[in-house]
Amino acid sequence: MRYLNGLLVIIIMFSGHCLSAETISVCSTCKIKSIKEGIKTAAEFDTLLIKKGTYKEFNILIDKPLTLLGENFPIIDGEDQGEIIRVTADNVTIDGLFIINVGTSYTSDYAAIRVVKSENFIIQNIVLEKLFFGIYLEKSNNGKVYHNKIIGDAVDEYNSGNGIQLWYSKNVEVDRNIVQGVRDGIYLEFSDNITINNNISTNNLRYGLHFMFSNDDIYTNNTFENNGAGVAVMFSKRIKMIGNTFRKNWGAAAFGMLLKEINDAEISGNTFEENTIGINIEGSNRIKYINNNFIKNGWAIKVLGACYTNTFEKNNFLYNSFDISYNSKLNDNVFNQNYWSDYAGYDLDQNGIGDVPYRPVKLFSYIVNRTPETIVLLRSLFMDIIDFSEKVSPVFTPDNLLDANPLMKRTK
Amino acid sequence: MIQVENLHKKFSKNQVLTGLDLNIQEGGIFAILGPNGSGKTTLIKIILGMVIADKGTVSVFGKHIKNKWKYRQEIEYLPQIANFPGNLRVKELIRMIKDLRQQPCEEKRLIELFGLQPFMDKKLATLSGGTKQKVNIVLAFMFNSPLIILDEPTTGLDPAALISLKELIQKEKQEGKTILITSHIMQFVEEVADEIVYLLEGKIYFKGGISELMEKTAQTNFEHAIAAIATKKSNA
Amino acid sequence: MLKILKYSFYDLMRSRWSYVYFLFYLALGFVLLFLNNDVSKAVITLMNIIIVLVPLIGTIFGVMYYYDSKEFTELLLAQPIKRSSIFLGQYLGVACSLTLSLVLGLGIPFLLYGLFKSNVIFDFSLLLVTGAFLTLIFTAIAFNIALSNENKIKGFGYAVLAWLFLAVVYDGLFLMSLIVFEEYPLDSFSLAATMFNPIDLSRTLILLKLDISALLGYTGAVFKEFFGTNTGLIISILMLLLWTVLPIGRLAYKAKRKDF
Repeated sequence: MRYLNGLLVIIIMFSGHCLSAETISVCSTCKIKSIKEGIKTAAEFDTLLIKKGTYKEFNILIDKPLTLLGENFPIIDGEDQGEIIRVTADNVTIDGLFIINVGTSYTSDYAAIRVVKSENFIIQNIVLEKLFFGIYLEKSNNGKVYHNKIIGDAVDEYNSGNGIQLWYSKNVEVDRNIVQGVRDGIYLEFSDNITINNNISTNNLRYGLHFMFSNDDIYTNNTFENNGAGVAVMFSKRIKMIGNTFRKNWGAAAFGMLLKEINDAEISGNTFEENTIGINIEGSNRIKYINNNFIKNGWAIKVLGACYTNTFEKNNFLYNSFDISYNSKLNDNVFNQNYWSDYAGYDLDQNGIGDVPYRPVKLFSYIVNRTPETIVLLRSLFMDIIDFSEKVSPVFTPDNLLDANPLMKRTK
Repeated sequence: MIQVENLHKKFSKNQVLTGLDLNIQEGGIFAILGPNGSGKTTLIKIILGMVIADKGTVSVFGKHIKNKWKYRQEIEYLPQIANFPGNLRVKELIRMIKDLRQQPCEEKRLIELFGLQPFMDKKLATLSGGTKQKVNIVLAFMFNSPLIILDEPTTGLDPAALISLKELIQKEKQEGKTILITSHIMQFVEEVADEIVYLLEGKIYFKGGISELMEKTAQTNFEHAIAAIATKKSNA
Repeated sequence: MLKILKYSFYDLMRSRWSYVYFLFYLALGFVLLFLNNDVSKAVITLMNIIIVLVPLIGTIFGVMYYYDSKEFTELLLAQPIKRSSIFLGQYLGVACSLTLSLVLGLGIPFLLYGLFKSNVIFDFSLLLVTGAFLTLIFTAIAFNIALSNENKIKGFGYAVLAWLFLAVVYDGLFLMSLIVFEEYPLDSFSLAATMFNPIDLSRTLILLKLDISALLGYTGAVFKEFFGTNTGLIISILMLLLWTVLPIGRLAYKAKRKDF
């Protein structure tokens, strides 16, 4: 009897909950046939279960806390008319939709999903194709963009949009997304305390990830491959960049990472492989570069303009055409205990540290900076002789630019 | 057998042959003589195709030799200085030449004749000058060709070998072959030659038998007759 | 010709120098791979060595062999053999034995190291192909020089000068002209200048593999076309073939007209 009472209480509680949050099905044979209609009929905190099918809708406005849940990836086809979903309420979850054909415009940034001034949103398991902008967060905080796949077909920068864009948004988590073929894979402007983890951003026209005026952000374990440039970090402070991979960013202005006016950042445990330029640094100060791998890049690190008090420690520089390139005679940066595959010194006292300092800047890199065509003379005997004499008595390269403790074995 | 017409050859500034004409018929031993630098070796090398003439034509066996090489199948040649690749063994050298010519060959008899058996496994660089010359002779005589050209064949030979060489030459002559010889040893020439071809200043100065030559120079001794040509010319 | 090739080849195979050359590469391969334990670094070091040393060895061996085998040549000239066959046979004998020393000397340590399992097999084969080309080209150049110079010392001197010019001086002049004319568009010029030097050409071929990331950093359209597509690879290999054929052709031509 007592058990029966307990069961009754549970049943009542359960049905009471159902009363406050119902599930409404949307499909071509259901009572409710369109998403817009579904939203209109739904009460706050209801779930809209969108069944498999094609929904030709655009300008869908979600203005109350709702969950839009797709079943077997229903297709929402915007037919190039403009924006597809706009969220203006807090606590909205959008899950499991396949959105295509966002309208392209030169005057407004149409997005597949735009979140405006809202909090606690979750956007996950979304697939986007044929888009202009993908997921656009505007002055929205404390949300999550998780496990989405954005596949663009951008050709020109001027008429393409970004995959995931954050504008004046704070405390957002961007995790496990795949972004490709758009202008910027992930773009942050005036957005602080953002966490960007485990994303794969490839084949984008401009940058895989792009920071502008955003502070205290962190990105880890992301992969950036074959973008115009892997990651551009500009005019931002205290960014942590840890354990990311930057690969095959090839081209005249292609970098694994571009740092411009960046202060107090930490760059550690990243791998830069086969980029034209591993890291391009302009006017950036007090940055720590630790435990990074620079493998087979054209230039592992290219330093332009005034960069002060940066530290390069325990990095591996492996088989780069040029390890470090400077365009000035001044150096205020410290290189210590890095492994350089070009190092030809010895270690008589067997302490794992080479007895002769290593000079990572070749005179040839100056010549190439000045006359780029001379790159065809790379690795010629004549150049080796010139570089050698410059190493013996530096005339053009900064005298104090050296690693006094080059490692004999690469760091793990 | 060999027709040479209007042959000219100049080495840098040194005019060696100036319009040389020569006709050598089949059979017999012809000695090509002349003072040092008169062009004996050059003439031989042109006939062999080793030196290319500036002007003139050479026919061997009735055919022009220019840019040809097959006619050398019918010629055996003994070069003036017996230089061989040093790190080859005698045996290998003979085998190689046989391999290159692919003709019937009787080297065994010749090796015995000159007593070369103990040297067959030696490297050519370790042989003495005389032994090398013997190898040279073996190589020149081991094929059965109608035309034999010998450039200073007697160099470095001991008396026994010299006798064998003379016998060899006579035997070949009996077989109806044509033999061209150059030599500085007049005694040897007198002994073997049927006819003398005397070269002077790039031309044939004299061609004929030894008796004819002595008549012409009014000498009784062959060696003096030859010397007389040279002095007469320089006096004139 | 094949017979001459065979004899020249055997002759060289028995000479001490072929072994020295072979052992040198063998030792180099082993030291680079087993002491350093780093295949990528080994390939880079080898490349630096190959583009300098292979031409030098080819040049010196070519000249040396030509003068040393003068007697052999004269012996052959009196035999019923075509002249061009004699010289081409000897040339190929030298070039092949040098190439064999190079390929085996480097190949064996790399095979033992388990090259087939590593991903540098392409770079390595390219290295060997380039080395083979350089051997063929510089041996041919050396034969040409020796054929035109009766004087052994002179011939030797010219050959070494030719190497020095192509290996070092050429690049110096090349660099200076690039810097002097830096205001002008230079990408066509610089690629053309590369074509005229077989060492630069081989270097370019290897750069295409090792330093493609750096090469793509330059904006010129001609560069992009050359380095960014297979055009560069194809043109470089064709030019190397031309560089091989031309001196061999001249060799055959000169040999026909020379007196011995």
